[in-house]
Amino acid sequence: MADDPAVQIESLTHRYGQRVAVDDVTFGVDRASLFALLGPNGGGKTTLFKVLTTLLRPSAGTARIAGADVLQEKDRVRRRIGIVFQDPSLDEKLTVLENLTNQGHLYGLSGPKLAQRCRELLERFGIADRTRDRVQQLSGGLKRRVELAKSLLHRPEVLILDEPGTGLDPAVRATLMRHLRELSEQDGVTCLLTTHLMDEAERCDSIGFLDQGRLVALDTPSALKRTIGGDVLTVCTANPAEMARRVKERFGGQAEVVNGAVRIEREKGHEFITDLIEAFPGEMESVTVGKPTLEDVFVHLTGHRLSDSEHAGG
Amino acid sequence: MQAAKTVETNLTGATGVAGAPSAESYWLLPMASLWRREVVRFLRQRSRVVGALGTPLVFWVVIGSGFGKSFVLGQPGGSDDSGSTMGYLEYFFPGSIVLIVLFTAIFSTISIIEDRREGFLQAVLAAPVRRSSIVLGKVLGSTTLALGQALLFLLLAPLAGIGLTLGTLLGVAGVLVLVAIGLSGLGFLIAWPMDSTQGFHAVMNLLLMPMWLLSGAAFPASGASSWVGVAMALNPVTYHVAAVRHVLYWGSDRFTGNLPPFWLALLITVVFAGLTIALSARAMIRSKR
Repeated sequence: MADDPAVQIESLTHRYGQRVAVDDVTFGVDRASLFALLGPNGGGKTTLFKVLTTLLRPSAGTARIAGADVLQEKDRVRRRIGIVFQDPSLDEKLTVLENLTNQGHLYGLSGPKLAQRCRELLERFGIADRTRDRVQQLSGGLKRRVELAKSLLHRPEVLILDEPGTGLDPAVRATLMRHLRELSEQDGVTCLLTTHLMDEAERCDSIGFLDQGRLVALDTPSALKRTIGGDVLTVCTANPAEMARRVKERFGGQAEVVNGAVRIEREKGHEFITDLIEAFPGEMESVTVGKPTLEDVFVHLTGHRLSDSEHAGG
Repeated sequence: MQAAKTVETNLTGATGVAGAPSAESYWLLPMASLWRREVVRFLRQRSRVVGALGTPLVFWVVIGSGFGKSFVLGQPGGSDDSGSTMGYLEYFFPGSIVLIVLFTAIFSTISIIEDRREGFLQAVLAAPVRRSSIVLGKVLGSTTLALGQALLFLLLAPLAGIGLTLGTLLGVAGVLVLVAIGLSGLGFLIAWPMDSTQGFHAVMNLLLMPMWLLSGAAFPASGASSWVGVAMALNPVTYHVAAVRHVLYWGSDRFTGNLPPFWLALLITVVFAGLTIALSARAMIRSKR
């Protein structure tokens, strides 16, 4: 049993009516690792999340958590996973401690053992001083921490998090990811999270790109970035489509318009800038060159950007 | 020494399965915890307390006094003895108790809609908990609230001219527990598939208020037209109200002659409660959400 991967998904497909939300996805997650499912909203992440948390029965295929089947052995799966929901699953009218106690009861924990466990987790996540506060008085970041503490009460082997960073500012997000790293390193907990935020995915051991229901890539962050040879140049200009056409005509290779700018992948980007400027003097408002980001990899693989909603997604 | 040992076992570890909870602890404990939560939440929302208790009180006083002397219910035997007639305030009283139970039971079970919207429910559904224990936690919570308020109202019985003994108080409480479980179960069954509380209000007006009006709470079956009589006979709330009347007038069949017999009223109340609970649990298991 200990040899089973933490999560194993086999040919998983789910349709809502005619719309295919998850399309024949297969992958595994190693024990005690951090795994990010990265993709745009509507890419199929939430559907996968619901299947893994036993809240949705997929149209076809199966998934196993530490060897237990999410369809056949629901209760075993439920005991092995901890869940951090995107909208915290807390009762706003209850205090932090009441929420944790209630959760403990749902998992068959009670008495001094449960009280001790609650204290321990509240201290670990720095919310011990808010124990008696009602949840409605807490900030979004604190709620997420309470939600995290709540999900760990029964010592799950696998922690599944749905968009844990959404709505949090980057600093709070970084702290959260540090907590997850600590959990995987010290306690051997496997963390699987869905996200559309690159900084979050960047901190994971491996990333699965999910786009339009398909798994388009799966690797470590650095390996994914290496799939792009060299650098990424972004050219801002008045007529990007025309510029992209002329760049291709003149230099060959690829150049495409992404979000109103021309995007070019080239080795030795700094040298290519000079060529560009000489070829089209005065026609470019700006040119930037950078190492490829996960966003660039995503664009490279799918032809569109990861998050139009990064700012709106708040 | 002991302290050191405790600390050692404290650290989070995937290997250390905390305790080894028994089968009951996945049924009884979650149910009790969810039950308690309902009561705590209720007490923290004062407007709910006032609304649930105030509505029937106003109802009873305004309507009961309004009809006043124009409504006099004689004994079925037609005796002229003044002690065997009943004013409307008195007639309306048992129905008002059932109305309190109805309001409280229904309004507390619709909180399942809020639980879903606020996100609390998703964690409960993803926990290794029997679905029946989730339903029962909700239903018993709302039963507790309904019972508490109904008993407070029951203390006003002497004002309506109904004598109270400890026996009738306990008897009514017993019947009301069953009534409240049934009506909470009905509330759960209606609320479960709903996304908004607005939809629930339509059901309240189209189904629940007519159920209550056609239960013998507001007027007796004897004087009604025949189709109303049929509707009343088919209405479970009729048996709820009848059971309460029987217990309130226990030992004297002065005002209970026209009602279905006590055993039948009780039987239907019990069956109705069992049925709504079973159907609620089934709806939950079959739910795709």
